[in-house]
Amino acid sequence: MAAAEAHRAIDAVWRIESARLIAGLARMVRDIGLAEDLAHDALVAALERWPESGVPDNPGAWLMATAKHRAIDLLRRNTRLERKHEELGHELEVQQEMAGPDLDAMDDPVGDDLLRLIFTACHPVLSSEARVALTLRLLGGLTTEEIARAFLIPEPTVAQRIVRAKRTLAKAQVPFEVPRGAELGARLSSVLEVVYLVFNEGYTATAGDDWMRPALCEDALRLGRILAGLAPREPEVHGLVALMEIQASRSHARVGPSGEPVLLLDQDRARWDHLLIRRGLAALARAEALGGARGPYALQAAIAACHARARAPEDTDWERIAALYGELAWITPSPIVELNRAVAVAMARGPAAGLEIVDTLTSEPLLQDYHLLPSVRGDLLVKLGRLDEARAELERAASLTRNARERELLLARAAAAREEI
Amino acid sequence: MRFMFIVKATQDSEAGVMPEEKLFAAMAGYHEELQKAGVLLDASGLKPSAQGWRVKYDGEKRTVIDGPFAEVKELIAGYTLIQVKSREEAMEWARRFPNPAVDGKEGEVEVRQLFELEDFGPSEAVERFREMEALK
Repeated sequence: MAAAEAHRAIDAVWRIESARLIAGLARMVRDIGLAEDLAHDALVAALERWPESGVPDNPGAWLMATAKHRAIDLLRRNTRLERKHEELGHELEVQQEMAGPDLDAMDDPVGDDLLRLIFTACHPVLSSEARVALTLRLLGGLTTEEIARAFLIPEPTVAQRIVRAKRTLAKAQVPFEVPRGAELGARLSSVLEVVYLVFNEGYTATAGDDWMRPALCEDALRLGRILAGLAPREPEVHGLVALMEIQASRSHARVGPSGEPVLLLDQDRARWDHLLIRRGLAALARAEALGGARGPYALQAAIAACHARARAPEDTDWERIAALYGELAWITPSPIVELNRAVAVAMARGPAAGLEIVDTLTSEPLLQDYHLLPSVRGDLLVKLGRLDEARAELERAASLTRNARERELLLARAAAAREEI
Repeated sequence: MRFMFIVKATQDSEAGVMPEEKLFAAMAGYHEELQKAGVLLDASGLKPSAQGWRVKYDGEKRTVIDGPFAEVKELIAGYTLIQVKSREEAMEWARRFPNPAVDGKEGEVEVRQLFELEDFGPSEAVERFREMEALK
């Protein structure tokens, strides 16, 4: 096997196996930083060995065995050190700790380890940037360079974020476990939030010249699908997967020929990916069957499903969408949800009805710098023929967005409003 | 990128012989792995060609020919559709695919990468194909 070819094959194995490997090791050594180092050592060993010997039949087991040997060496060495330096009483404790977590524990189902890893990487002691970086690195199998490229930030920044995150987890002595009882709900939200954050960063790039970064969407979808497999009885996991599948189904249609954004109602629906829509609707049905129709992600997915089911824009059930936004606003009150409801109401009952809701939001402090408020308001004003005001709002929206593509679109709409005056 | 694992038919699959528990379990286990890894998009077995038909074209003329068809090795018995990051990743998953032969002897899986619509240049035919897709 040529060296380059072997390296690409090993990369592929790494992408498939790394999360399980790190998760299994983390349970042994109770430290995800150390677990990742051990897994990485095993990868280096593979890079040395496999180009000669070929990829073994069960590469995952090979990597795990190699990493485990190193872990055991390390634990023994540490124990010897402890013996030298610590008192006798403490030694007993160390030995117990050693006997407990390491060897017997390997019988645990792999899935539990992965769940523990996800919950640890998304622990609330970490900032959301740190959670995202750690999750993509440990569970998505992305390299620091790939994460940096995806988020348009310098590689050392990502590396530092990851190092700090691991240190924070160690310092806070975050246990490597799946939370139980009342804590589970809140911690699960934190995990779902991280996945959706990654998805959104790909779906509506908040900065830079590209309107979308599809690779990030795919990474998030993959994480979501993994999570759905690991926690099949959690309706919100399916709700989130449904939302992402349906939104991703529009990826190709929402980018025009020169990379410009195409709004939902202007999209060529023939370009929607019907396999993803079908998967999304199935995931939504699962969420609903589990009694989760009222979860925030399931509700958003239900809204996305209304669009997905409409063969043409004029077939859209706007009344239902407005009602779903109403429910969403009730469980997660937010001016942004309210703004979306205004759009749906405008579509269902005319621009004046929508504008009435939007006008209650203009003094909302959270929306002061939010470009979609003037953008929506501008649109409604155009429809009402109040073009002067509309132009001002669209220009203001353009000045607020950080996405270059979106800015162009807003300025074009402002110019169109000016021409009609 | 998306890849399709195409399971080739065998005499057994064409005769409608159902796989034994062992093969079912191996297939289920493998697809569960795909699902757990978040790469599985779709998969299905196909009924024997005896229940299918072909449409042959000769210019504007078309003829429907009912199955079964003779050249067993050219027929398809099932497919698995995955979405992965690289060709190598697809290769690694393909390597793990269980032997699909009902009798556990000679089987074959062919792997093909899917065209994304973006692989075609803009053309009227492609646009019309997209329109058809919407009617599904």
